[in-house]
Amino acid sequence: MSTSSDSVPVVRARGVTKRFGEFEAVRGVDFAIAPGESFGFLGPNGAGKTSTMRMVSAVSTPTSGSLTIFGLDPAIHGPEIRGRLGVVPQEDTFDLDLSLRLNLEMFGRYYDLPRTTIRERTTELLEFAHLSDRAEDKVDNLSGGMKRRLTIARALINRPELLILDEPTTGLDPQARHLLWERLYRLKRDGVTLIITTHYMDEAEQLCDRLVVMDHGRIVAEGAPRQLIADHASREVLELRLGSEHHDEVADQLGSFAERLEVLPDRVLLYVDSADDTLARLHQAGWRPERTLQRRSSLEDVFLRLTGRTLEE
Amino acid sequence: MSEPALLGWSRWRRAWWFHAMYYAQTWRGSVVSSVLLPLGYLGALGVGVGHLVAKHTGLVDGQTYLHFIAPSLLATTAFQLGEGESLWPVLAAVKWTRSYHAAVTTPLEPRDVLVGKLAWVATRAIAIGVFYTLIIAAVGAARSWWVLTLPLLSALVSLAFAAPLVAYAAHVDSDLSFPLIYRFGFVPMFLFSATFYPVSAYPGWLRPVVQFVPLYHGVALIRAACLGGSLAPALAHLAVLAVLAGGGFAWGQVTLRRRLID
Ligand SMILES: Nc1ncnc2c1ncn2[C@@H]1O[C@H](COP(=O)(O)OP(=O)(O)OP(=O)(O)O)[C@@H](O)[C@H]1O
Ligand SMILES: [Mg+2]
Repeated sequence: MSTSSDSVPVVRARGVTKRFGEFEAVRGVDFAIAPGESFGFLGPNGAGKTSTMRMVSAVSTPTSGSLTIFGLDPAIHGPEIRGRLGVVPQEDTFDLDLSLRLNLEMFGRYYDLPRTTIRERTTELLEFAHLSDRAEDKVDNLSGGMKRRLTIARALINRPELLILDEPTTGLDPQARHLLWERLYRLKRDGVTLIITTHYMDEAEQLCDRLVVMDHGRIVAEGAPRQLIADHASREVLELRLGSEHHDEVADQLGSFAERLEVLPDRVLLYVDSADDTLARLHQAGWRPERTLQRRSSLEDVFLRLTGRTLEE
Repeated sequence: MSEPALLGWSRWRRAWWFHAMYYAQTWRGSVVSSVLLPLGYLGALGVGVGHLVAKHTGLVDGQTYLHFIAPSLLATTAFQLGEGESLWPVLAAVKWTRSYHAAVTTPLEPRDVLVGKLAWVATRAIAIGVFYTLIIAAVGAARSWWVLTLPLLSALVSLAFAAPLVAYAAHVDSDLSFPLIYRFGFVPMFLFSATFYPVSAYPGWLRPVVQFVPLYHGVALIRAACLGGSLAPALAHLAVLAVLAGGGFAWGQVTLRRRLID
């Protein structure tokens, strides 16, 4: 199995930056994605995820640094690279006056696929997106979530080797989301490399072998989800709702109970080894929180730690 | 691996195909603007007004009025095709529906999108040119073998407008300026291009202005191809239109690229 092509990363970025006028949206990122890997990008709004995705999609050109996709330089081999990619952009982009079927068929044309292939895949993908009964409808008439599903279906029309998904499940209902996850597992099993950005930490944990956290255009952490949690968060978390508006003041007094603590507008998070023990000690010390929640640390805590922001922001 | 390409279509032709398919879905409205309206003009003006003109002034530039305006109608239809395909449809594709953004995530490059678009405009203009060549012949205004070039001249006129306007639409951030371009650009141009009366009918001070208007060159070129005339001015008209089309194409490559792939 270990031929030399296996060791060539599907995507390799070294010191890649992207500047829009004066503003530097991506400030020197380095990463390498192995064939068959699922790789995630997390980060708050404006972190530079989409800007990075667009460069990796061979659509936008890095301002500096070196980027290769399938070992090729996108500045020279853009069309060839894009022929092997599937892209789910953050915003849906359709010809709203055309039917779902024609939108997909047109895309097949852009990849120069044979007509019969296009027809078969369009039918199959509309099925997958649960939109077969709407095939002849204008895209304009679809709901937001349906459009999202169609975008995902469209990205598969050329059977891509690398699938790039920028917030694929935003706007999907839980059922549609799980259907997509399942499809992505299958693609992954078939050897497709996946790059995903998401604001859903459960999704990142489920789907990604490895991920990076971006903030202000930089990569601030990298690793497998479990590893990141082990490195950047305690074992457990105790969440307290104190029912008072003085969270800031109490923070000082609570500090001694936890390894680290995070004050959110509506609650205080205590990062501890054992939430049970800590709660018991709090009770002994006379604390009577209105509500408590004990849980294991998650990626969300890593995110909070590294970026200082919650996801809802 | 990627699929074997049986069709092997060059990339811009795939973009062209998109427009053809789109048109196949939405062609009905264009029949009115490209065929029925100009024919209505021809009937109302050529025959109706022509009758009056014949009574009062006789010939216009040595032609019956019908023969004078038949070429104008091809030129103005080609112009309307060129501008109609260019402002709102392009801004929609780069800003609202972002369908051009979708296209450049596939093997297509911004340049392919542009060439496909302009090739499609040219295709329609050629079809209109063929149709009007027949009409022009039918009313007896085909008096030179150069009428055989009308389909190509029709394409050139369309592109002389489409190319710079596509470039402009890919550049702007909103459609605020578009109605102004219509009101202060297209409408006067339609009227002041020696379309419905000869340059000699305009007051002296206005004549150089008329000759500055791009559509004037399209009208004059197509009229010369129908009715005959000397070669030198025809070549000058041709050059003006070619510069507009070529310059617009060059500018469009810049603006569309900037827009689609920052
Ligand atoms: N074409 C552009 N011109 C100017 N600035 C841009 C452009 N595209 C992105 N930016 C800026 O770059 C920064 C990063 O944007 P980007 O879309 O990459 O963020 P993101 O991580 O995808 O955020 P989100 O989670 O909101 O999607 C933002 O400050 C944004 O305003
Ligand atoms: Mg984004």
